[in-house]
Amino acid sequence: MPVLCSSCSEKRAVLKRPKTGHSLCKACFFWAFEEEVHRTIVAAKLFRPGETVGVAASGGKDSTVLAHVMKLLNERHSYGLELMLISVDEGITGYRDDSLETVKRNQQQYELPLKIVSYEELYGWTMDAIVKQVGLKNNCTFCGVFRRQALDRGAVMLKVDKICTGHNADDVAETVLMNILRGDIARLRRCTAISTASEGDGVVPRCKPLKYAYEKEIVLYAYFKKLDYFSTECIYSPNAYRGYARTFLKDLESIRPSSIMDIIHSGENLSFREGVKMPVQGTCSRCGYISSQALCKSCVLLEGLNRGLPKLGIGKHHRLHEKILSQQPLTEREERKLKSVDF
Amino acid sequence: MCQVEEEYHEQLERVDTPSASKKCVKCKEELAAVVIRAGDSYCRNCFRESFIHKFRAMLGKTRVIFPGEKVLLAVSGGPSSCSMLSQVQEGVSQNAHKKLRFLPGIVYIDEGGALGQRKEMRQKATSELCDMFRSTGFPFYILPLEQVLDLPGSVLTPSPPSDQPGSGYKAAVDLFLQSGGSGSDGKAEEQEGVSPPAVQESHTRLLQQLIGSAQTLTAKQDLLNTLRQHLLVHTARTRGYSKLMLGDSCTRLAVKLLTSISLGRGAQLAQDTGFSDCRYGDVTVVRPMREYSAKEIAYYNHMFKIPSVVVPNLDTKTPDKASIQRLTQSFVTKLQADFPSTVSTIYRTGEKLQTAGGSSSAAEDAERCVLCVCGLDTAAEEASALQATLISEQLSRSSVSVKPEPPSTVGQCCSSERPCGGAEGASDCCRSSRDHEAAELRSLLCYSCRRTVRDMSSVTHLPQYVLSEVQRRQNRSAMKEQISEFLLDDADEND
Repeated sequence: MPVLCSSCSEKRAVLKRPKTGHSLCKACFFWAFEEEVHRTIVAAKLFRPGETVGVAASGGKDSTVLAHVMKLLNERHSYGLELMLISVDEGITGYRDDSLETVKRNQQQYELPLKIVSYEELYGWTMDAIVKQVGLKNNCTFCGVFRRQALDRGAVMLKVDKICTGHNADDVAETVLMNILRGDIARLRRCTAISTASEGDGVVPRCKPLKYAYEKEIVLYAYFKKLDYFSTECIYSPNAYRGYARTFLKDLESIRPSSIMDIIHSGENLSFREGVKMPVQGTCSRCGYISSQALCKSCVLLEGLNRGLPKLGIGKHHRLHEKILSQQPLTEREERKLKSVDF
Repeated sequence: MCQVEEEYHEQLERVDTPSASKKCVKCKEELAAVVIRAGDSYCRNCFRESFIHKFRAMLGKTRVIFPGEKVLLAVSGGPSSCSMLSQVQEGVSQNAHKKLRFLPGIVYIDEGGALGQRKEMRQKATSELCDMFRSTGFPFYILPLEQVLDLPGSVLTPSPPSDQPGSGYKAAVDLFLQSGGSGSDGKAEEQEGVSPPAVQESHTRLLQQLIGSAQTLTAKQDLLNTLRQHLLVHTARTRGYSKLMLGDSCTRLAVKLLTSISLGRGAQLAQDTGFSDCRYGDVTVVRPMREYSAKEIAYYNHMFKIPSVVVPNLDTKTPDKASIQRLTQSFVTKLQADFPSTVSTIYRTGEKLQTAGGSSSAAEDAERCVLCVCGLDTAAEEASALQATLISEQLSRSSVSVKPEPPSTVGQCCSSERPCGGAEGASDCCRSSRDHEAAELRSLLCYSCRRTVRDMSSVTHLPQYVLSEVQRRQNRSAMKEQISEFLLDDADEND
């Protein structure tokens, strides 16, 4: 027996919305999905007319859908935005080079300007080279820290006013769980915010227009729209601890589909005890980027790489920051601790 | 985003393997008898001492329990609450080094009825516990959960805390000492509940209908917790106890915290898991076992022969994915096995949360959930998860109702939040009065309790005290609306 669309009651439903359980036809699903993103953008006042907005594009499903929806909504509701794609080339052979091809195709399909910033030109290191020195274990630390900064640098080069990223509801919920598991109060407080305030020079405000979109619906949307995206896991990625949180979240979703939204609701409504020590935001004394320490994380990591002490940025070695800044030599004991890990 | 857990990895993976012939880390003389966590090996005596000290220290530093105060211990029969009972027994005994000076009583709630247990099973468990309680010499109450059906609506409204004469802890101590330091009236009280009150079968059936109306185990467990809590608070209140002690261990609280997050109880989290919870006003809930891990308690109970009773639960013998509570428990336990700091990290995250709105600011009962008695978190601000959910549901429903509609449109098939044909079969869609009732109830619930009620096939089986409280609040707000133009400000609503 064909099920009718619960929205238009005319056409045959082709899917069951993971978020609400309603059966919808293709057209009504597209409309609902787009309208929801639109309402999020309007309600959270994410953009102002005339702004230049960089869409962080990796070629994956989230950013492909984001680029598509942003372009569509910009035209449909005349946001008056100038859109651009920003990609980061981490230098991972067999992964990023392929996904960047997808981004380049997207650029043509959507007729948006594209800027690619690479780790190699920014830091002089590709991820391939980093992994060679660091090993497979902590390389995500480098990649994550560098990417955050690389996106900002790219945004500054393009002179965009804002960056939007493809983080979806699952990502946000997962991050809430992760921050609880790690006891990271400062991040727990920030992670449910839909946009970051402009934090200073060289830091472009970011927002997540897909914050309330379920990952499964993003896939459904991309599938039915036949969007061109790249779906391969990063070859260096196996990231055990986040994987636990991810599996847990998926299990929760299978028990009660609203769990993802419920977790975000929880995160948005947490209240924190006063007097809990929070890191204070300052700037890096070497590169001027935002940092809660004397040196920002990427400068520390880079220093470690260049000195052949890759563990310098892994774990907490704040007391060494002074030494690095004043170019003092490290003691032998300190050096030994920071040498590469054996496998 | 990925970087920090990797830093973490390092510390987590460095687990020393305990060697069998280690000396106690405390006295450094005796051989260690127990390893609580990696690096912490204690001899028998030092373990006992530190265990007892931890309990005293928790009560000492929090200064919530005043001398001479009546404190009701909620004992479920499980290891943690039985351990708590033994600590209190130890603390008030004559030969204790620094005697605890409050007056304990015990309450046990027999939930067998909700689980559909046979009478003999229930009697067996209660008589076992009865013997245990009698030997303590404390007054005790053994109550069947069925009694929750007869509670008055007042359980759902916080009563103002009865002011201690000297308000401060210090003053209370002085007063206690002046009065001769004897709180002997506790002993004089008869030991009640020796033969637990007979349960009417009709009551058991009603209770089972109520639990059965919840379609998911997640909702069943949540509902059962709420009912138990109500009965506990009511018992404490009517018997003159101003504190209610729960035996939640650190492990239990970590699970509870993550469960609460997953159920959408972020706003109520601190109250659900903090040391003291004063949402009920005159009865404060305290959790003195919160710094013991489940393992530590198990070791202690085993070494010092603290009895406990195995009482089955709603999720006993269910698979991991049977409910959110069950899943979270197995998630935390498994993660703890691989990363031994999991429980304490989650627990410490909870420590940094604010017990917002305690009894003062958000005390207006109109703004409290009629089930969990916490402040409402359902304002649906712009760009919030709640608003996004409402939009999603609105957009997926019939396009006729695209524009926002008032929640109580009679004649509309589906009430604002629940699609029809969800649970009961779509045959009889327009039971508008019943849906209306559910919508009314929903408007008085917090986010998470709405989720629970949404999983129920019908709200008519809810206990009378809940339904009549809903009615009372509806009437009151209707009344307020009528006279609204004469009210100068809406800051006063205390009755």
